[in-house]
Amino acid sequence: MELTLEAAERPATGGPLRRLSDLLYRKPGLYLGLLLAPPLTWFGAIYLGSLLNLLWQGFYTFDDFSMTVTPELTLANFRALLQPANFDIILRTLSMAVAVTLACAALAFPIAYYMARYTTGRTKAFCYIAVMLPMWASYIVKAYAWTLLLAKGGVVQWFVENLHLQPVLEFLLGVPGVGGSTLSTSHLGRFLVFVYIWVPFMILPIQAALERLPPSLLQASADLGAHPRQTFFQVILPLSVPGIAAGSLFTFSLTLGDFIVPQLIGPPGYFIGSMVYAQQGAVGNLPMAAAFTLVPIALIAVYLSIIKRLGAFDAF
Amino acid sequence: MTPAVQFTDVSRVFGAVKAVDRVSIAIEEGEFFSMLGPSGSGKTTCLRLIAGFEQPTSGSIRIHGVEAVGLPPYQRDVNTVFQDYALFPHLSVLDNVAYGLKVKGVARSERHARAEEALAMVALADYGVRKPAQLSGGQRQRVALARALVNRPRVLLLDEPLGALDLKLREQMQSELKKLQRQLGITFIFVTHDQSEALSMSDRVAVFNKGRIEQVDSPRNLYRQPATPFVAEFVGTSNVLAGDLARRLSGDEQPFSIRPEHIRLGEGTAAADEILVSGLLHDIQYQGATTRYEVRLDNGENLAVALGNDHARDAELLYRPGQRVTARWPKAAMVRLCSGSV
Repeated sequence: MELTLEAAERPATGGPLRRLSDLLYRKPGLYLGLLLAPPLTWFGAIYLGSLLNLLWQGFYTFDDFSMTVTPELTLANFRALLQPANFDIILRTLSMAVAVTLACAALAFPIAYYMARYTTGRTKAFCYIAVMLPMWASYIVKAYAWTLLLAKGGVVQWFVENLHLQPVLEFLLGVPGVGGSTLSTSHLGRFLVFVYIWVPFMILPIQAALERLPPSLLQASADLGAHPRQTFFQVILPLSVPGIAAGSLFTFSLTLGDFIVPQLIGPPGYFIGSMVYAQQGAVGNLPMAAAFTLVPIALIAVYLSIIKRLGAFDAF
Repeated sequence: MTPAVQFTDVSRVFGAVKAVDRVSIAIEEGEFFSMLGPSGSGKTTCLRLIAGFEQPTSGSIRIHGVEAVGLPPYQRDVNTVFQDYALFPHLSVLDNVAYGLKVKGVARSERHARAEEALAMVALADYGVRKPAQLSGGQRQRVALARALVNRPRVLLLDEPLGALDLKLREQMQSELKKLQRQLGITFIFVTHDQSEALSMSDRVAVFNKGRIEQVDSPRNLYRQPATPFVAEFVGTSNVLAGDLARRLSGDEQPFSIRPEHIRLGEGTAAADEILVSGLLHDIQYQGATTRYEVRLDNGENLAVALGNDHARDAELLYRPGQRVTARWPKAAMVRLCSGSV
């Protein structure tokens, strides 16, 4: 018997989906373009577009008399930022942001160090949850809760009294620029709440930076004769600077922009965020609010350039 | 003379695993000493015990006569070249090399001069300003070496430092390391799993297996007179003849080792001092300088035979797989082995 063999028909290149995936495989540029089109549209048109539009309105004119906005371009709003009353707001916010960032870094580092170098498996998972758990609760609820905790007759005061620390508290509340009549109406109280709310944003980036640190680097340092303190300052700290920088960007910018904590806790007086809120909401002076919005952006740009010059991003 | 490093009955246990099991060695001052073994044999743990990254579960470790158990790494006069080099990524090459001097408080100008000198010694004089990330693997390796040597340690520990390099570079570094060791006259303790590396560089080699030392000897003796079946098979290749075959050769069950290159193939009657065994040739591997034959003996065991290829003929062409052949070797080429560990 003779068998006649026919060449097997090449399997069809498949349906349109298959052809599409072949096309995307051959043209990586097209693939990347499709992938990025939605987020870029969102980011470009909606996010950046509206931000620029907002900042543009900072150049509009607000008529105090008729309470109306006219699109006549002026620099008056930005000039007004330098008036003593407004400049005070900027300084107050900036100094709080710096203080909160420093305190967060100091508090977060040991926790992050412990998480990165001493925990594994379940303990590590527990630490992650413990750090992030407060972030799952509503921010407003936490801020209000703190007003009660810090209030006269509140939990904090109870602890202070039972530990017989009233003189210390009174001394702190008496320091000008820090204190106030009670904890909940003092700068100190506001500072405590800010630190509480933003510290997880500092812990996680530092922890990630320390996690990447190979143990052999620490052994090499000890091997070359460095005492643990020297290893810390020469190797561990410099290599965790990118994490500290990333975390400080969070705590710094979040404090700069916050408008709820300054309203609920601490002495009267606006923060940049609450000023924007007041100008836009109560007064309807959108151009002034827009001018204030530029301040945190400018401050963060300055902050970024400073930490870049300090070499925070050189390590890796 | 006090040994540079002396282990007395040192054990290191991790949970249920005995990484190092009652090891005793004395490493002499100024010698190039290798610790050879497969991964997990305890050689790296021994090195880490000397460096101080691990502490022994029991036993005594003396470095230049001083008890080192309990001393942290920064109080030991030894330095390490790490397997992954462990260069500090945020420091320049010069600062990496000068690190050991910096933490000891040596003045800036002196430590830079000494670091420059150490870099020149490893032929990287102009690379001081670079970051480690800008160097090739071989260059990083040299920086790690310079960094460890700048402290002028009396003992240098090297943890598989050549493992990540390609063959040519590795061979070059082997001879440079050897030269450097002779020139500096300090003790080198070199951990490797590569037996040819250990043989070509060392004054003495310790062969590790399952946390214990099987044999400590010069490379020549290790190869010619392996003490145990493990050493015979790990250092070079070897045919270990055990059991029934051993009994028929010598009358008792103690195993023998016979190197493949000491066996010949060919017919003819046995001379007085010769052993003849016949079998079936079942595999031929051409390896360039030699050709390797696998002969399946009639009792089912395999015998490896290596014949040299010279310019006139390739030994490969003399035989065909499936052919019956006779393997022969002089009695004097057989080495009696201890059946267990020493």
